Amino acid sequence: MAKKKLKAASELTWKDLEIGNIVKEAGSASARRTGDWRTQRPILDKKKCIKCALCWLNCPDVAIKPPDKEGYYVADLDYCKGCGICAEICPVDAITMVEEEEK
Amino acid sequence: MSKRVGLEASHAAAEAARMADIDVTAAYPITPQTHIPERLAEMVANGELEAAYIPVESEHSALSACLGSAAVGARTFTATAGQGLELMHEVVYVASSMRYPIVMVVANRALSAPLSVWGDHSDAMAVRDTGWIQVFCQNNQEAFDLTVWAFRVGEDPKVLFPVMVHFDGFSLSHVTEPVILPEQEEVDRFLPKFRYPFALNPDHPMTHGAFGPPDIYSETKVAQEIALRKSKAVILQGWQEFGDIFGRYYEPVESYKTDGARLLVLTMGSFSETAKAAVDIKKSSGESVGLINLRLWRPFPFKELRQAVKGAETLVVFDRCISFGGPGGPVCSEVRSALYGEKKRPAVVSFVGGMGGRDMSVEDFEYVIDRGREVAEKGSPELFETVGIRGEVTGIRG
Amino acid sequence: MEATSIKMGKNRVPVEELIAEGHSFCTGCGEVLALRLACKALGRNVIIANATGCIEICTSPLPVTSWRVPWIHTLFENTAAVASGTEAGLKVLMKKGKIPQKDIKCVAVAGDGGTSDIGLQALSGALERRHNFLYLCFDNEAYMNTGIQRSSATPYGASTTTAPAGKFSIGQTTWKKNLPEIFVAHNIPYVATASPGYPFDLMKKVKKAAEVNGPTYVHLLSPCPTGWRSPSNLSVKLAKLAVETAIFPLYEVENGRYTLNVDPPTLKPVEEYLKPQGRFRHLLEDEIKEIQRHVNEEYARLKAKVACFGASTSSSEQG
Repeated sequence: MAKKKLKAASELTWKDLEIGNIVKEAGSASARRTGDWRTQRPILDKKKCIKCALCWLNCPDVAIKPPDKEGYYVADLDYCKGCGICAEICPVDAITMVEEEEK
Repeated sequence: MSKRVGLEASHAAAEAARMADIDVTAAYPITPQTHIPERLAEMVANGELEAAYIPVESEHSALSACLGSAAVGARTFTATAGQGLELMHEVVYVASSMRYPIVMVVANRALSAPLSVWGDHSDAMAVRDTGWIQVFCQNNQEAFDLTVWAFRVGEDPKVLFPVMVHFDGFSLSHVTEPVILPEQEEVDRFLPKFRYPFALNPDHPMTHGAFGPPDIYSETKVAQEIALRKSKAVILQGWQEFGDIFGRYYEPVESYKTDGARLLVLTMGSFSETAKAAVDIKKSSGESVGLINLRLWRPFPFKELRQAVKGAETLVVFDRCISFGGPGGPVCSEVRSALYGEKKRPAVVSFVGGMGGRDMSVEDFEYVIDRGREVAEKGSPELFETVGIRGEVTGIRG
Repeated sequence: MEATSIKMGKNRVPVEELIAEGHSFCTGCGEVLALRLACKALGRNVIIANATGCIEICTSPLPVTSWRVPWIHTLFENTAAVASGTEAGLKVLMKKGKIPQKDIKCVAVAGDGGTSDIGLQALSGALERRHNFLYLCFDNEAYMNTGIQRSSATPYGASTTTAPAGKFSIGQTTWKKNLPEIFVAHNIPYVATASPGYPFDLMKKVKKAAEVNGPTYVHLLSPCPTGWRSPSNLSVKLAKLAVETAIFPLYEVENGRYTLNVDPPTLKPVEEYLKPQGRFRHLLEDEIKEIQRHVNEEYARLKAKVACFGASTSSSEQG
């Protein structure tokens, strides 16, 4: 789903603000891609994965998404901060954290 | 058929809230406001008022609960005084910044220390900068009228600001005066139903109170200030509509026998009526004097004030509290500032008195007029004059 | 058609996220995990009053919001008072027919600072007045958002910036204030402790608490890698260890009746919980022993309450 391009705070004039600074668009913070915080990323070994959904349940960043067509739970790298909880919690060690490399 | 009854300002305000069909009141008792929450509790218990009465455990929680109820679209009312207003100080700023149209009556009380339950304006002056629409009542009729009017203005979709209605502790809150109460039908005609456009509801989830990083905070404050200034139009419209329905027309600045007067006294609150009596006595002995009652305090009525003092040589401004270490009484400082840019302006003399329940008699105001004229002519080393203080007052120098 | 829930064992967990991705909680934050799970248990028909703190800051930077439910933040110490206002406001507006009848639960969200210290008065008042609302205390055991300063929920021996470990100090010299017990003493219908180490227990309790028509309180342990100085990947493990060592027992008190939800046959030693956390690294053996002794005593006291006032024990008044 395409993410709406929202104006950053520094682009808004005082006239752009809603009365009382109320934010009407629910969940608009998802425009911020926090994945660039990451220093390591999760790699899923699909052969080991038992599709138990524990990684999805325990992801603080709402980065691991509901299962894809094949039933695997995959991290959305736009948002994954690389905390490693999914790797630590996986009962079959199907997830490994690897260092982000400089491109 | 409207009826004329004897009511304390407190009971008049409670009655106004009842006739306005408030939905929620959250208040903490504090002298001299206590008769307001007591009367409201009684009304709810008797079924005269259908409202949620929240007996909160402090004034900070009182106004905080009001934030919550206003946020879901309930017509919200509260009252406090003195220390209570101070305790909720941070919430006062939040109410206006978040644009919740809460109506709050303040039974003006002196601030501690020392403890004083009696009336003066130090509590009101401490909230000058908080961004609320503010008015001062001269008598109990105004206490009723301006409370009803406050809902009309604050809740207007072009305004959406909280409104503070001040009246003097004890001299008005606890004194019975004749008050004309209108018909319920008239109030219903004057007050539209409250439709808060941003009411919290799962059907359209909104976020109230997001935080403001440096990138955006300044813009939020400027937007707030501009909106508060713009509310003047609705303030005046509200008074016009009030007069059309109830027959009593109010103005931001009330001029009493000021035509051609060379010396004017400016007062706020219940002392205006006392000062008017002094003006009458002085006039009867041939003096050229008049009185200005400042009713609208915020947004400050610059245009009306400048117009009201045109032609006067001397303006004596009477304050009911000290702004410590400042340039004079707080109201006087603002009046001077409002007149600063005028090519022709009266000499402004600052007087402070009536603190902590110290009464001002008609004779005291006659003294204010005499001494004010003397200071304007001969000058004074003191930044402000005092009246009714035992012991010679010197040392209020710059 | 996308599934609305995911089956995990006996449990069905809603897929819907009431907090959007893209928030600014720290890497590995246990608090947002606990919050995310709580939201799954709450559903959309809520109005959340939030205190100033990590949750508020990380979810609401103007001009955007992470929230997909109605949400209000005002100040730090008044969450319960604001929630009281939303609750009373909704109730009377529906009663007067000014808004349509709808099942909307008022929820208060605050941290340990906003509950145990500066917010205690407002919460005590709201509970005494019996407002129908759920108060969720997310306990990361210090004022984390302002930089790891101590609160009265900081555990004994923990180093914080305002009670730091040093040559003459062990860090926190007082024992953690027992908030759940304070609210049990308010005689409210439901009090519970929860931990993201036990996510299904957490969700069950939040749902149960929300369904009570009256004031309820859930205390959620929220591991904080930044403030606890623990590796970001251990937040869930620490949330489990806290329970397995009885440092943070999981229990419910329903109308004064206690239920212990997790009672390990042997408790793990507290050291296993303390060691991965840098905030405890200065503790000497004797000090750890003292913590162990205290935990044992507190746990025994809790178990005595369960035995005496257990949900399973009968009472003539209870019926």
